Formats: sequence, C-alpha cells, structure tokens
Amino acid sequence: MSKSITAEDLNVYYGDFRAVADVNIEIAPRSVTAFIGPSGCGKTTFLRSLNRMHEEVPGARVKGDLYLDDDNIYAPGVDPVTVRSMVGMVFQRPNPFPTMSVRENVLAGHKLNGTRMSKSEADDIVEKALRGANLFNEVKDRMDRPGSGLSGGQQQRLCIARTVAVEPDVILMDEPCSALDPISTLAIEDLIADLKEDYTVVIVTHNMQQAARVSEKTAFFNIAGVGEPGKMVEYDQTSVIFNNPSNEQTERYVAGKFG
Amino acid sequence: MSQSTTNLTAGPPAQKTGSNSLTAGLMPGWTWIVVAGAALVLGAAITVVLSDQFAVVGWVVLSGLLYIVGMYLITLVLETRRRATDMLWKNLVWTAFFIALVPLISVIWTVVANGLPTLISNPGILTDDMSNVVGADDQATAAGEAPLMGGILHGLIGTLTITLMAMVFSVPVGLLASIYLVEYGTDNWFSKAIRFFVDVMTGIPSIVAGLFAFSGMTLFVSTFISDSPAALQSVKMGLTASIALSVLMIPVVVRSTEEMLRVVPNELREASYALGVRKWRTITKVVLPTAMSGIASGVTLAIARVAGETAPILVTAGYAVSVNWNVFSGWVTALPVYIYRQLINPTAPAAPDPAAARAWAAALILILIVMGLNLLARVIAHYFAPQKSGR
Ligand SMILES: Nc1ncnc2c1ncn2[C@@H]1O[C@H](COP(=O)(O)OP(=O)(O)O)[C@@H](O)[C@H]1O
Ligand SMILES: [Mg+2]
Repeated sequence: MSKSITAEDLNVYYGDFRAVADVNIEIAPRSVTAFIGPSGCGKTTFLRSLNRMHEEVPGARVKGDLYLDDDNIYAPGVDPVTVRSMVGMVFQRPNPFPTMSVRENVLAGHKLNGTRMSKSEADDIVEKALRGANLFNEVKDRMDRPGSGLSGGQQQRLCIARTVAVEPDVILMDEPCSALDPISTLAIEDLIADLKEDYTVVIVTHNMQQAARVSEKTAFFNIAGVGEPGKMVEYDQTSVIFNNPSNEQTERYVAGKFG
Repeated sequence: MSQSTTNLTAGPPAQKTGSNSLTAGLMPGWTWIVVAGAALVLGAAITVVLSDQFAVVGWVVLSGLLYIVGMYLITLVLETRRRATDMLWKNLVWTAFFIALVPLISVIWTVVANGLPTLISNPGILTDDMSNVVGADDQATAAGEAPLMGGILHGLIGTLTITLMAMVFSVPVGLLASIYLVEYGTDNWFSKAIRFFVDVMTGIPSIVAGLFAFSGMTLFVSTFISDSPAALQSVKMGLTASIALSVLMIPVVVRSTEEMLRVVPNELREASYALGVRKWRTITKVVLPTAMSGIASGVTLAIARVAGETAPILVTAGYAVSVNWNVFSGWVTALPVYIYRQLINPTAPAAPDPAAARAWAAALILILIVMGLNLLARVIAHYFAPQKSGR
C-alpha cells in the first residue's frame, strides 16, 4: 500500500486547449502534498489526471508519463478502472450515493463491483473504514439511514470512508473542505494527518493556512493569463514555500498580493 | 396614526389593541362574499328577464362576469388602482382555471352518469364476454323482458395482454436507447439522428402506427411463412397490435427516461468511477436506481397513453366476441375498440340501447384504468424517489 507518484512532462488538454503544461513532480509515499494556486490554474485538472478521471470529460486527453511507483498509468493498454481502484478520489462537494444507506455507502466500492462477502466481513470493513474516517461513533446508531441525511461534514467523511474502504494506495482530495464549516474542516484536517500513515495524500486547497497545517510539501501552480496553460511554478517543503519561496510569483501569492 | 403600533422596543410584548395602521384603508375581508351574493342574485334576475326561463349556464356565466366587474369596481373605489388591477387579474386567472376544468369534469361526469348505473345493476358485465349474446337478447333487454346480457371481460383481457406485450417491447428498447443517448452517445451524429427520429415518432398519428404494424406483419408472414389466405388472415392478432402500440410508446419512454437520466448528477457517476467501478455497473447500480422513480412513472404514463388507443388496434387485431388470452394467434378486442364497435355496430341494430349501456360501462372502466395508472405513476415517483437529504 501507498505508492509514490512521478509525473514526467505531463500535459493535460481539453480538446485543443492545453489546461496544464509540462508538469514534473515527484510525490513521496505516505506523505501529504498540497496543491495551491489561483482559480483556473489547473489544480483540479491536474489532480484528475492522476487517476485517469480527466478523460471522462468528452474530448479531454493527457500527454506525458505518470508513474505509480514504477508503473506508467498512461502506458498503452492500461485499464483506467484498475488505476482508479488504486487511486481514490474525494470531491469538492460531498457526494454520497442518495439511494444508499450509510453502511451501503461505505461498502459501495465493493458492492458496486459485485464483490461477494459475508456479513461479518462487511461489518469489519464498514467499522474499519468509518473509524479510519473518524466517523464511526457519530453514525454507529444510524447505519441504515440514508447517507444523504448526514451533515455536510459527516457526508464528506463518509465519502472519505467510502474511498478508504477499497484500500487504495493514493487518496486525492479536491478542496474537500470548501463546502464545510470550520469545525467540520478541523475534523477533516485531523483525519488527513491520520491518513498519511497509510496513504499518499494529495490535496487541492484554496486555503493557505490549511495547506500549511496539513501538508509536508506544497506545489504552487500559476497561470500566465486567460487562455494560457497552467504551470507548476514551485514545488518544495511546505515551510519553504510559505516562509522562504525562491520564486517571486510564489512569494507574492502566499503573501496574498494577488490571486 | 395610532401610537401603539410603533412600539418596537424589546421586552414582553404588550397586548396590542386598536387599529393597525399598516392595514388601514383595506376593505373588510367579507367584501367578496357580499359581491358574490349580489352577482348571483343579479345574474339570476337578468337570466330570467332575458330568456323567460331559468338557464343555469347563462346564470353561472353572467354571475361570474358580474362578480369580476363588481370586485374590480369596489376595490377601485375602496382601495387603490393597483389593488383593483391585481384583483381583476387574479379573478381572470381563476376563471381561466375553471374554464380549463370544464371539459375534464364534464367528460368524467358524463361517463360516470352513463356508466355507473349499468355497472351497479349488472356487475356481471365485468366477468362476462359477448360470446353468447345475439340481437334477440338485446331486443329482449330493451323491451324490459330480460336483464342486460354480455360483458366486457374479453375487452379487459385484450387491453391487458396487448398493453403488457407492448410494454415488453418498448421498455427494454426505450430504456436502452435512452441509456445510449445519455451515457454513451455524447452528442455524436448517431445520437443526434436517434433523437431526431424519436421526436418524429412522437408525432406519428396512431392510425399510421397501426397500418405500419399491419403491413410490416403482413410482409413478414407472406415472406417467411406463407402467402395463403389463411396465413394472411393470421396477421391480425394481439401481437400485431402490440407492435403498433410499441411504435407509439417507445418515443415516450425514450424521451422521459432520457430526461430522468440527464438529471442524475454527474458527481454520482464520478464518485462511482473513482471507486474503480466500471461504466456499465455504474449505470446499472448507481444511475438507474437514482433515476428509477422518474423512469418508472414515465413508463406508467406511457402505458396510460397507449391503453386508450383505438385506431391502431382496430386495424391490427380484428374484433372478437370472446376472451382470447393468446396474443400470438386469433383476433382480440381491446376496451376502446369494444366501445367503438358497440356504439357503431350495436349487437341489435334495432335496439341499440343495451349496447350503448355496455359501451358506457366499458368507457368508465377504461377511464378508471387510465386514472389508476396515472395515480400509480405518482405513487411510484413518490415512494421510489431517493431520500432527500435530512438536513
Ligand atoms: N470540463 C472542462 N472543459 C473545458 N475546459 C475546462 C473544463 N474544466 C476546466 N476547464 C479549464 O481548465 C482550466 C483549469 O481549470 P481547473 O483545473 O478547474 O482550475 P482550478 O481547479 O485550479 O481552479 C481553466 O481554464 C478552465 O476553464
Ligand atoms: Mg478546482
């Protein structure tokens, strides 16, 4: 479990529009990496290219190489479904399945794939995943109620539990707290700190304090102008990015001078 | 101005008495009752004067007009021009609503008034067919010498089997077509073509669908089985009628299912993909269940829409007087065709009343079936809908 991610000259396109250009990055296993940058600079787009989710958008494609440990996920013949079972994703807005109960939501990755398991196995998976998402105590009495009946923060942790339950190697999170209140945000941040014991975590965030709190390394993305591709400007230890960046754009951004 | 209404400071609310300055200058709440009463009386008087006798329709229409004008004038005098205009338009909108209800109520009333007495006095009509009824029976009934003979059972069974068979054809085809349109054919030329032809199919006159099914089946039988007169005779059967109804039903199912699939948020599909679930499983296990209530109620409405069709069944299924469960052979009668034939070709041409009574009873049952299907669609939509968030 837990794999490194290496991008080599990764370019991400929507049709003819190049949204992200020439990214080279190495992300260590069992670490938290934050992507920051102004809106529209391609953070989401790049994140979604890490589990081949990007190509679900009609006309979207990727050029370049992306390695999980030593395997190139963009090599010809690679099944994107296999990649996605190794690289889980948590979305900006909590999106539990509305037709499923809390318990079924946690088991969704197994149930939707038709995996057969005994009730006790399923119970174990549910409890482990919910404990892993710091949600077990809050929902243990309402396992069979609809997942969409939980609060926003609980729903987001349910989505994390759902992702954890399929035991991926990498967990991607796209602004997971942007729709949540400060208390729920704190709960998720605590959770991210726990998750990095077992997983490679990559998180996109608009909130620089959050990046500083949760991540070890930070990548700053920027865009030269409308219609220009987004680029990774600087990638370093989080403390360096926020206190002593080497790039002037980064310095201005973390100082709140633009963006 | 009364001082008491301007006291907005905190503290236990004092009992407010006296008039409210915010509602000053409004006419009392019972004004409309007075105006309505006056309009009714005046309307009645004018009706009697104008037509020498009391005509209910004229009375209602006149009173309505008088009420609208009266309310407008009174509001104009007692309140403001703005409120008077508001009152006028509000009353006009209500009038339009009642006018729209008139045909509906009138149809239901006519059918109930004509059909219900027959159903109550002859409940056997539901369990009997026309196989043993001859003209003499109806003449005896008309003369008051015998009870009403015959029934609509074969029509009920015919409608049931033909519609079920049509459902067997249209639901899979319609469902798969709309899944293709929404989930696979993202705006390529093929899906645009399908959408165009589905729209064209929606407008096909039902008799054309009937002729299509009939000539298609004739072609099939004469090419692959035999073109003997007996074989050509066998073209008329429940199956052919079901094909005709499917032609009418498929576009409705495709369109309503397409709408329902489109409103399933993309986030759910992506959530499923992100768990390493394949597309087809995502569709069957996430998208379809989420849209199920809408799809089911759309299908139910499509069934209700074709259950009342007459022309396509008339040209494809022939006419039978007894129950025929077999859709693959023999002529079948459906309820609408039964109604049509009983009215146009009464069993006893000299005594058409018993036939008409049976037709009205059949019409009532048909309306009940269609209404029941519509209600069922609502119940399905309500109970199968995914739980809304409990926040
Ligand atoms: N589905 C899409 N189709 C076409 N262009 C898109 C799509 N999604 C995003 N883009 C474009 O890609 C660029 C990067 O967007 P995004 O990755 O969402 O930025 P961020 O997440 O950093 O705010 C923007 O210029 C945006 O307009
Ligand atoms: Mg984004």
